[in-house]
Amino acid sequence: MTNPEILKYTQETGDFSRMLESIPYARFIGLECDRFGDDLIFRLPRKEQNLGNPILPAIHGGVIGGFMELSAVIYLMMAQEALRMPRIVDFSLDYLRAGLDRETFAECQLTRQGNRVANVMITAWQKSRSLPIATARAHFLLDD
Amino acid sequence: MNDSLRIDRVRRFIGTLNQACELGLTAESVHEGALILRLPYSDFIVGNPDTGVIHGGAITTLMDTASGSVIMCALDEFELCPTLDLRVDYMRPAEPHRPVYARAETYKITRNIIFTRCEAYQDSGETIANCVGTFMRIGQEATPKAYRDLITGGENDQS
Repeated sequence: MTNPEILKYTQETGDFSRMLESIPYARFIGLECDRFGDDLIFRLPRKEQNLGNPILPAIHGGVIGGFMELSAVIYLMMAQEALRMPRIVDFSLDYLRAGLDRETFAECQLTRQGNRVANVMITAWQKSRSLPIATARAHFLLDD
Repeated sequence: MNDSLRIDRVRRFIGTLNQACELGLTAESVHEGALILRLPYSDFIVGNPDTGVIHGGAITTLMDTASGSVIMCALDEFELCPTLDLRVDYMRPAEPHRPVYARAETYKITRNIIFTRCEAYQDSGETIANCVGTFMRIGQEATPKAYRDLITGGENDQS
């Protein structure tokens, strides 16, 4: 991941496959990412192993959290051109609707970037962007 | 309800959560209003391949599951309570190749909301993360009886 060559390749091509391949947890939940101009849209395809509540069924809340957290990490790395992974300090997650057993999307926004800390907002949705299933806010340490 | 009934319920509940099974979460101990879950180390949940440190998402799932399951240790009747929010503070990265434990408790139960606290730690005793959560009480009837019976083992809830 801190492999500068992979980061450079990803930034130049917008092809995230090599980067995501290098992060085991991204493969584990099935996270994907696409670049549209400067914008990044993260995608979590439907996956049975990601489910929690079997009655609805619904994606496990922890997976939704992990998906949003990892999206923020990748978003920051691309925005910063940082070679190190930013370290998460805290993560505050509001569940707004059940995350049903279908494809989920996320986008991030850099709310504030200081010298050492960045504040990122993350929104996740399924069928419609105007109906978010969760919103989150995270702080990251950019270096030691 | 005694602790052996409680741990049976927690184990059956976790057994129905695909992601918890994928991660290999297990119930270590259970008391009234408190429990400990264990997350084994696996290469596939690593978030930073350079350090082998597991991703925060696996810790979030551990803590969400612990906080949701501890509700079963606090209420006599089984109620499925959706998570309203979670706030996780990361104290330090988890040391690779060692399990992470989550100790959760309910600290306030109202008619509508359940407030939980959870600490993730490793064998060394060092805290990895702290988490507070709130869960919504939607009532027993919101959960199909067949599922409630599966979790309670069909036992009489008054036992």
